[in-house]
Amino acid sequence: MDAKQMDAIKPAQFPASADASPAKMAVKVACRDVNVHYGTKHALKGVGIDIRERQVTAFIGPSGCGKSTFLRCLNRMNDTVASARVTGSILLGGQDIYDPKIDVVQLRARVGMVFQKPNPFPKSIYENIVYGPRIHGLASTKAEFDEIVERSLRGAALWDEVKDRLNEPGTGLSGGQQQRLCIARAIAVSPEVILMDEPCSALDPIATAHVETLIDELRENFTIVIVTHNMQQAARVSQRTAFFHLGTLVEEDDTAAIFTNPRDERTQGYITGRYG
Amino acid sequence: MSDVTHSGGVGLPSRHIGDEAAKRLKRRYAAEARFKFFGMAALSAACLSLLVLLWTIVSEGYTAFQQTHIKIEVEFSPDNIAPAGTADRRRLMAGDYRAVLFEALDRKWSDVTDRDGQRLLEGLFGSGAEVQLRDMVVADPSLIGRKVEVWLLSHSDVDMFFKGHVGADEASGGRMAARQVAWIEALRAKGEIEKRFHGRFLTGADSRDPEMVGVLGGVMGSIFTLAICFLLAFPLGIMAAIYLEEYAPKNRFTEIVEININNLAAVPSVVFGLLGLAVFIAFFGMPRSTPLVGGFVLALMSLPTVIIAARAAIKAVPPSIREAALGIGASKMQMIFHHVLPLAMPGILTGTIITMSHALGETAPLLMIGMVAFITDVPGGALDAATVLPVQIFMWADNPERGFIEKTSAAIMVLLAFMLVMNAGAIWLRKRFERRW
Repeated sequence: MDAKQMDAIKPAQFPASADASPAKMAVKVACRDVNVHYGTKHALKGVGIDIRERQVTAFIGPSGCGKSTFLRCLNRMNDTVASARVTGSILLGGQDIYDPKIDVVQLRARVGMVFQKPNPFPKSIYENIVYGPRIHGLASTKAEFDEIVERSLRGAALWDEVKDRLNEPGTGLSGGQQQRLCIARAIAVSPEVILMDEPCSALDPIATAHVETLIDELRENFTIVIVTHNMQQAARVSQRTAFFHLGTLVEEDDTAAIFTNPRDERTQGYITGRYG
Repeated sequence: MSDVTHSGGVGLPSRHIGDEAAKRLKRRYAAEARFKFFGMAALSAACLSLLVLLWTIVSEGYTAFQQTHIKIEVEFSPDNIAPAGTADRRRLMAGDYRAVLFEALDRKWSDVTDRDGQRLLEGLFGSGAEVQLRDMVVADPSLIGRKVEVWLLSHSDVDMFFKGHVGADEASGGRMAARQVAWIEALRAKGEIEKRFHGRFLTGADSRDPEMVGVLGGVMGSIFTLAICFLLAFPLGIMAAIYLEEYAPKNRFTEIVEININNLAAVPSVVFGLLGLAVFIAFFGMPRSTPLVGGFVLALMSLPTVIIAARAAIKAVPPSIREAALGIGASKMQMIFHHVLPLAMPGILTGTIITMSHALGETAPLLMIGMVAFITDVPGGALDAATVLPVQIFMWADNPERGFIEKTSAAIMVLLAFMLVMNAGAIWLRKRFERRW
């Protein structure tokens, strides 16, 4: 990647550049010395990072660098992997999420997740949205549920497309719509943080653009962490970017700084396309 | 890029053009056609044998739904039964209906006075005729003292002869005397003997006389037995499968359990019968010959298969759905009951349907626990002594009397119909659970 291409992926105005420096926002999730072992494999080595409120933080890095593993630590989805062992401290709003007293169900209501492949439940669009609020007891009357459905679908920029067919199966939507449905499902439970694991990798460019616009809008109300393979995407949607390599966090900075002036030569090599 | 040259044969020769290649292609097509033919042949063979089987059973058994009846005028005289106006069921049951029948015979064939002749006349009717008369009076006591024309069941030997299954004399398989044949021909000429629909076959239970047997005893026995088998095996199987798939730690103990489940599925069914005999009847003292014990034994037999099917179905639920549920904050149990189980249900039901059909046709283990008894009542519950349809078929097939041959085939037809109804119901249920992705 030469300088000209670099310019192409670097938006002239980073969304955050108008605000104060992204690094000044309050810390939402503070991670210190996080290590993950899968059996004997040391997948994540001593990661420490502050994820700031109402920002999009992007994790980039080559395949197998541990970025998804780290993301899944943040809502303890690694608990479902029998061989996974997580050490270190991850504080969500000052509270250690690996504290045995923490209820993992409650944690996942506070830290929502959107997956790589759109995975709506094989139920109606309406049911997809109300499932979370129902199991968490966030609403009780039909009117309340209806209100949540509309608010979530509007929040996910999907309302106008599906408002007339809420009772049709969510699996009948197009790929991009399904992913926005999954985002709507995640925000329906009013989480504080939303984790996105390569949310656009299964989508076409137009659907990707929709989701990216949506992510930028969601930043107003949620703290978002996004894992992506696509550096242009990281540059477009995020304010902070963290570069992972071989299980370590190499560098974390304002997105603008990472893409224009990386400090580490591994970061430099990755974003200029020498490997990855 | 307009100067591209096509190198057809010039330059590098292609190995995919020419006689050699054409031959290879032909060989490939031939292999393909052969394979298709073998598939069709296998399918045709299967269809043909099914047709032959069904044809044999139906052609042999359809006559069992009709039984030869003889029209005769009987007088329900109070002398033989009870004074007119008696409503006491027990007294009505105790009447001498044999005498009622004999008097009617004397009147109809008043020319027959010798003892041999009378005995032959009586031989036209079996015990079924008496039971018919008795049932009529019990159902309507006002018949006492009246003369009525009734169609009475003929003896099974007459029935076989009249239906043409056997000839008249012993040489052609029949058991009719020359005078009986003459009487029958005379009745036929007057239209007083005919094959009539025989509802008793569908509403009665076992009997010594082929003209009196019915399948309802076996059908009810099968229903009770299968109901208990299903109520035990289905929930237990699903619970076990859920635990093994979702909760059990993957260690040596789980492995041993898994291996043993797979082995149990392959154990011959008669062994389960022995187990049932030893454990349920001998040790726990449960009543023998009952659908309760039969259901327990069949449930033990079905459990491993249900577990294996349920585990496969649960495993087939895509992990993305589990992640979606967990990611939104569902607990493990909510994930299983709201998402995994509904999606696995069609597969679990498919496995269960096959297992239940298997259990329906099972005979050997039920022989071991005494469900082979001769029971002339239709069981009213799971604690009544009963037999099941396949055992009933087995017992009739074992009976030397000619009249049982068509009854056996007819009972097989009923068994097949039972199975079809059960499977149709299960498939309908499964369709309701099926959802598109």
